Amino acid sequence: MTALLTIIIVLFVAVALWQMVKIFDLAQVGTTNTQVADDHDNKINGYLMIGFLGFIYVITILCFWYIGDLPLMSNAASEHGSEVDNLMIISMVVIFVVQTITQFLLHYFAYKYKGEKGRKALFYADNNTLEFIWTVIPVIVLAGLIIYGLFTWNDIMNVDEDEDPMVIELYAQQFKWTARYSGGDNVLGKANVRLIDIDRANILGVDEDDPNAQDDVVVSELHLPVGQQVVFKMRSQDVLHSAYMPHFRAQMNCVPGMVTQFAFTPTVTTADMRQNPDIVEKVQNINELRMDRKAEIEESGQELLYEFDYLLLCNKICGKSHYNMQMKIIVETQEEFDAWMKDQKTFPNSLN
Amino acid sequence: MSATVDTHVHDEEHDVHHHKETFVTKYIFSQDHKMIAKQYLVTGTLMGVIGVLMSIMFRIQIAWPEEPNVLFEALLGKWAPDGVMDADVYLALVTIHGTIMVFFVLTAGLSGTFSNLLIPLQIGARDMASGFLNMVSYWLFFLSCIIMISSLFVEAGPAAAGWTIYPPLSALPMASGGSGLGMTLWLVSMAIFIASSLLGSLNYIVTVINLRTKGMSMTRLPLTIWAFFVTAVIGVVSFPVLLSAALLLIMDRSFGTSFFLSDIFIQGEVLHYQGGSPVLFEHLFWFLGHPEVYIVILPAMGLVSEIMASSSRKPIFGYRAMIASILAIAFLSTIVWGHHMFISGMNPFLGSVFTFTTLLIAIPSAVKAFNWITTLWKGNLQMNPAMLFSIGFVSTFITGGLTGIILGDSALDINVHDTYFVIAHFHLVMGISALYGMFAGIYHWYPKMFGRMLNKNLGYLHFWITAVCAYGVFFPMHFIGMAGLPRRYYTNSNFPLFDDLANTNVIITIFAIIGGLAQIIYLYNFFISMFYGKKAVQNPWKSTTLEWTTPVEHIHGNWPGAIPHVYRWSYDYSKPGHDVDFVPQNVPLMEGEEELQH
Repeated sequence: MTALLTIIIVLFVAVALWQMVKIFDLAQVGTTNTQVADDHDNKINGYLMIGFLGFIYVITILCFWYIGDLPLMSNAASEHGSEVDNLMIISMVVIFVVQTITQFLLHYFAYKYKGEKGRKALFYADNNTLEFIWTVIPVIVLAGLIIYGLFTWNDIMNVDEDEDPMVIELYAQQFKWTARYSGGDNVLGKANVRLIDIDRANILGVDEDDPNAQDDVVVSELHLPVGQQVVFKMRSQDVLHSAYMPHFRAQMNCVPGMVTQFAFTPTVTTADMRQNPDIVEKVQNINELRMDRKAEIEESGQELLYEFDYLLLCNKICGKSHYNMQMKIIVETQEEFDAWMKDQKTFPNSLN
Repeated sequence: MSATVDTHVHDEEHDVHHHKETFVTKYIFSQDHKMIAKQYLVTGTLMGVIGVLMSIMFRIQIAWPEEPNVLFEALLGKWAPDGVMDADVYLALVTIHGTIMVFFVLTAGLSGTFSNLLIPLQIGARDMASGFLNMVSYWLFFLSCIIMISSLFVEAGPAAAGWTIYPPLSALPMASGGSGLGMTLWLVSMAIFIASSLLGSLNYIVTVINLRTKGMSMTRLPLTIWAFFVTAVIGVVSFPVLLSAALLLIMDRSFGTSFFLSDIFIQGEVLHYQGGSPVLFEHLFWFLGHPEVYIVILPAMGLVSEIMASSSRKPIFGYRAMIASILAIAFLSTIVWGHHMFISGMNPFLGSVFTFTTLLIAIPSAVKAFNWITTLWKGNLQMNPAMLFSIGFVSTFITGGLTGIILGDSALDINVHDTYFVIAHFHLVMGISALYGMFAGIYHWYPKMFGRMLNKNLGYLHFWITAVCAYGVFFPMHFIGMAGLPRRYYTNSNFPLFDDLANTNVIITIFAIIGGLAQIIYLYNFFISMFYGKKAVQNPWKSTTLEWTTPVEHIHGNWPGAIPHVYRWSYDYSKPGHDVDFVPQNVPLMEGEEELQH
């Protein structure tokens, strides 16, 4: 039935288009139809250009209004995150201004100088001053953005070892994440995929004889103490994955055969973030949408109501279930973290 | 043949009789650049139809995830049990969509068509330097199309590792169903494609350097030729690197080497690979991959420059700056590839370097955009469909290009890398823009190719629907990308976090479907006008360039008599002192007339 309806709709659309073209063609009767634009075409399309300019502005405004004020973009939960957001906002303002002006000029000129029979265009081939100006302006603006960007980048990527960051391993495999804490010595035990022993539940291939590995803790849910800088050492056992933590403005690929790293300091606990007015509003909105799809969601076995949580997502195509490779991140106070950590088994105790 | 014609112009009549062409030599194994251009165009169009259809299918899946659909049931067969698309197939569709659109449509379809058609015609040559190589180039391309399409029908499915085919996912059949025979065919197809592209590029370079007619100095060349020439140079520099990457990947896959693989544990066993690095593959891939986007966009820029000048009845503004910016873009394009790899695990210092070079490339791009806008200023714009697509090109190029400032900035890229923000950016700046450039070129040079005109009203309809839908699809994508939605997710329903983006995704898909259907108007126009279109006059757009001095009916050797000589640059539109508003390049300077110092 749906198929039949679809076909009928498509047919109607086709007929409508055909009729529209016929009207266009009828409007041409009497003129010598050479299929080259005449004054009439120039005029109509000139007006449409202004209409299109309006459309671009409207879609821009609508997007900002309805989907632009994303709490995700303005509530960074890490120390460097607010720096990134500032740079983002500055870049967006530059883009917005340039976009508004250049689109206006382009479409307004297209309208204003639409062709008329008998008029002659201005022979204007060159103007070195003008070209100099619009070479130099982008140079200056971009120089500013580059310098700001590079400082931010260096801040993010250079891990200051003096701050004594907590070392955590993020381990990726098709299609799940595992984390390994380095324990009291803050040094991860050596590991290699060749040491993986599924029977003994040594899924990360940690070297059992390494003294540094004795206090390591392997978990499947990431807990972070607020205000404590964390340096993530990332590994992958099979294909490329990417550890994407959008709320913390953090991402790094996990590459089989090498260890990559990314460091940040979480600044807002999960509990606090759930109280954030933006997030409250977002969650409310999402839950209203979910209520509309109640039956479907319950059937799929998900919790009906959504509660905010930080997430680690896989953001590099990694195979069939790439779309469902995630891990919950919980940011909590140091006391809560210590209490949670005390309940976890150390690596040697977790082996079969 | 061309040499004979050159020296024995008067024997032309006799010569043609001598080489009476059969159907096969004229339409199939043709060595005539005009016929080869048409072959490229038709093949590219058919590949484009497949690519667009795939995109509509996966857009439907994103909008209405895991819902049965008759379209899937009809087209995907066993890969859509009960009409529900399989997750592997989703990845295969995005992979092959990307491959087809980037390489088969926008590289071969665009560059292959217009470089072949316009280089000999606009520089005043009888044909390409080597007609035979040109023919081989097309048939290799055709073969690579066949292989790529046939990979859709193999047991375990086509390549499904993304069009960037990063190993190890693409190297290990146990990691993804598409990495078996499907990936082998992908690699073989691409290797042949690259051979085709290289033969074509070498031909273009040699032809432009050697076969320009008398008076056609490099500074009198139309910008189209400059764009094609520089594109060919970039292709020759960068495509071999992808070929080497493909060959090394084939070695890793089939012969047990470890160029890109190391320390892998998959499905319960440790593989023997040791010492390789996927990051090396990323470097090799993007060393082509980034210049590739300029291989796609530069010809479109050339076409648009030419059409804008002709349709504005004005010289292109800043001819020398336009050439300089093409050269600058070409040079910079080979040293920015690392901006695809900021978070790949390469040294962060490299990230700084690539941020710097990447943002530099915005400068020549900005110069070009401003020059196009100024070309419109005080013109007498003839709003033919080609002109509309050219204006549309500048519009999407600006919109898409500006967000490059965010993606090229390593610090900002961290958070939007591989999200829908990237999809929005590159589709606007190189996908839609290049497609617009291609459409503009087709509407403009259709009379040259087929001797008939395309229906302009269908053209207007085609443009306006496409223009609205292109923004409707890709503009909101920036915002869902900034909300953190990763690309290449089969469904977002496992992330309640993204539930509030679902409605936007539905709107995007509706725009995509309408925009896709609008292309039927174009296809109808294209194929019907070939036979029933209005007969074209010799110079319908009143352009100055040499191709419009050739007869409407194609002849081998292009000009029936001697090749015209060139006395002026190609942009003498509305020049003061002339009665008409265009002066073709083969018209000698009037007494006392000065050629513009450019």
